[in-house]
Amino acid sequence: MELLRFTTAGSVDDGKSTLIGRLLYDSKSIFEDQIEAVKKSSERKGLTHVDLSLLTDGLRSEREQGITIDVAYRYFATPKRKFIIADTPGHIQYTRNMVTGASTANLALVLVDARHGVIEQTCRHSFIASLLKIPHVIVCINKMDLVDFSEEAYNKVVEEYEAFASKLDITDIRYIPISALNGDNVVNRSENMDWYKGASLLDTLETIHISSDQNHIDARFPVQTVIRPHQDEYHDYRAYAGRVAGGIFRTGDEVTVLPSGLTSKIKSINTFEGAIDEAFSPMSVSINLEDDIDVSRGDMIVKTNNEPEVGQDLNVLLCWMATKPPRPGAKYYLKSTTNEVMAIIKEVTYKININTMEKLDEDTNIKMNDMAMVKMRTTRPLVYDEYRKNRITGSLILIDDTTNETVAAGTIHS
Amino acid sequence: MSKYYLTHLQELESEAIYVIREVVAQFDRPAILFSGGKDSIVVTHLARKAFYPARIPMPLIHIDTGHNFIETMEFRDNLVDELGIQLIVGSVQAAIDKGRAVEEEGINASRNELQIVSLLDAIEENKIDAAIGGARRDEEKARAKERFFSHRDDFGQWDPKNQRPELWNMFNGHKRMGEHFRVFPISNWTEMDVWNYILHENIPIPSLYFAHEREAVYRDGTWLPNSEFLVLREGEKVEKKRMRFRTLGDITITGGIESDADTLEKIVEEISATRSTERGNRSDDKRSDTSMEDRKKQGYF
Repeated sequence: MELLRFTTAGSVDDGKSTLIGRLLYDSKSIFEDQIEAVKKSSERKGLTHVDLSLLTDGLRSEREQGITIDVAYRYFATPKRKFIIADTPGHIQYTRNMVTGASTANLALVLVDARHGVIEQTCRHSFIASLLKIPHVIVCINKMDLVDFSEEAYNKVVEEYEAFASKLDITDIRYIPISALNGDNVVNRSENMDWYKGASLLDTLETIHISSDQNHIDARFPVQTVIRPHQDEYHDYRAYAGRVAGGIFRTGDEVTVLPSGLTSKIKSINTFEGAIDEAFSPMSVSINLEDDIDVSRGDMIVKTNNEPEVGQDLNVLLCWMATKPPRPGAKYYLKSTTNEVMAIIKEVTYKININTMEKLDEDTNIKMNDMAMVKMRTTRPLVYDEYRKNRITGSLILIDDTTNETVAAGTIHS
Repeated sequence: MSKYYLTHLQELESEAIYVIREVVAQFDRPAILFSGGKDSIVVTHLARKAFYPARIPMPLIHIDTGHNFIETMEFRDNLVDELGIQLIVGSVQAAIDKGRAVEEEGINASRNELQIVSLLDAIEENKIDAAIGGARRDEEKARAKERFFSHRDDFGQWDPKNQRPELWNMFNGHKRMGEHFRVFPISNWTEMDVWNYILHENIPIPSLYFAHEREAVYRDGTWLPNSEFLVLREGEKVEKKRMRFRTLGDITITGGIESDADTLEKIVEEISATRSTERGNRSDDKRSDTSMEDRKKQGYF
């Protein structure tokens, strides 16, 4: 059974909560005592319907204000797959939360109201999915019951989305007409829409091909820590622990350690269950090398002849997440894989209007929830790939050294 | 299909091992919070895998309410012996004796909240800067908002509205002196995942999880085990029941369910058919809609 992580975004009345509620309920992932508690709370609030958002909007201030404060993770499983939903709110701090949810997702679920078609929020969510390189997008055209399950209405929305999707860097886009409220095409094929010949939403989520989403070509192994047992039976034992971030490593492979450039061969790949012949992303293993060379946390072991970039000048697309704007000339901790260096933002090249994808080069003042292309300079060489090549070795976060807050997320473009 | 993919349990395991290794790499004095329950047993098992063949490079911390199941204590001591690592015990009784904590009174009195004092004391006395726990996002709605790396201020408090965003697989462990982190490597696991993993890995767990005969009292929809600490209320009577526990905690607040599941296979089968959450048998969570959040803000697990 595989694991599929997907993200959703939407505002209060586009039916997102209803859709998630239905997926959870129909897959028997909501328990009776949870439903009972939510029913009671809904009644106390004087609501006529059962408010499924109360299932995860658990914080006192969320319940008081009736809003979701940040990303909520929800879980359900069918006999075929396990799913993790990163459910992001549409109204406040939307970019920051959507980027967070999108960073780990294989798939984005975009909800469109069949009556209103493609609106600003649809675009925003889709652009973020594209910028964060989510490989699959499912566009759910919802509330089909309110347009008499009309094929014509559905086609109109599909055409609108397709016209706009030419600006996106997403190859796999699918469309499904649904009614989350009544369950049409959510779990079972709808009897109200004979003209739709595709699969239901759940069926699509269960069968969409995701095993080739991982990069299995460019072998990358960021070292987390060094394992050195201080026990007699493992006197000279030294292994590098980490999680494979790309490609496949095999025993005997010639490898280079970056940024030092020292070379060696893989002596063995170890797990608790014993040595294994090969390790691929995203496996956590430890690696022994043939030679006793200097390797420590923050270094990257890669296959010789397939090496990532090493450099100090980067073009980065930043999503600014802090309430305070960047301080001019300030140094930030830059964290990428297991490495941490200091870095400054030298120049803001342009900002992006996240609703239209337009470049804005007049206004270069970065504020919270802005996306901006910047030039950065690091104090020490960074080992990286372009984000489009590898989502792990091509991403970074910035940390303010005075508050210790994570202030920005970035994807490396060159 | 390509052979280069992981099953969901392998992927969750790999993620948890990655998180545990990040803790050891980023902090000076980490520790594992060990309750004797299945989740902390799984976390300890994952830590063992993460650093094999070395020993787990951190101690276990157990907060002892003084109201324990004997089976849990024996299990804990055997495990610590086998792993060859240090055990730190934070005693609620000692905190009460020293006047640091005051015993609750009334019919619903328990030592659940008093654990916060002993936990924060143990963290401070041992200068622990990262405490790894087995909490999962699926088990309770306040826990659904937890980060993998959850920041605590110098009073050990959690500020749920002001949490650091977590992106990709990068965890920010920067902190000021006196602050610490709680870390939850199995955040993305569900109860079902934990049981399937225990079954798959054949991890030893306390006998309390398997069906057995026991004296118990029916109270608030659950079977509370009879013990020297249980005070019978009017109309209540002690009965012999074939039962087991879905979660383990302080003996005075942990209720069991009637069950015949006496093997891991039967437990997995029973859980997949069940229609109520595991914490439904925990009276500590029934105090109010936000009782977990309120306790967590003060420094609870």
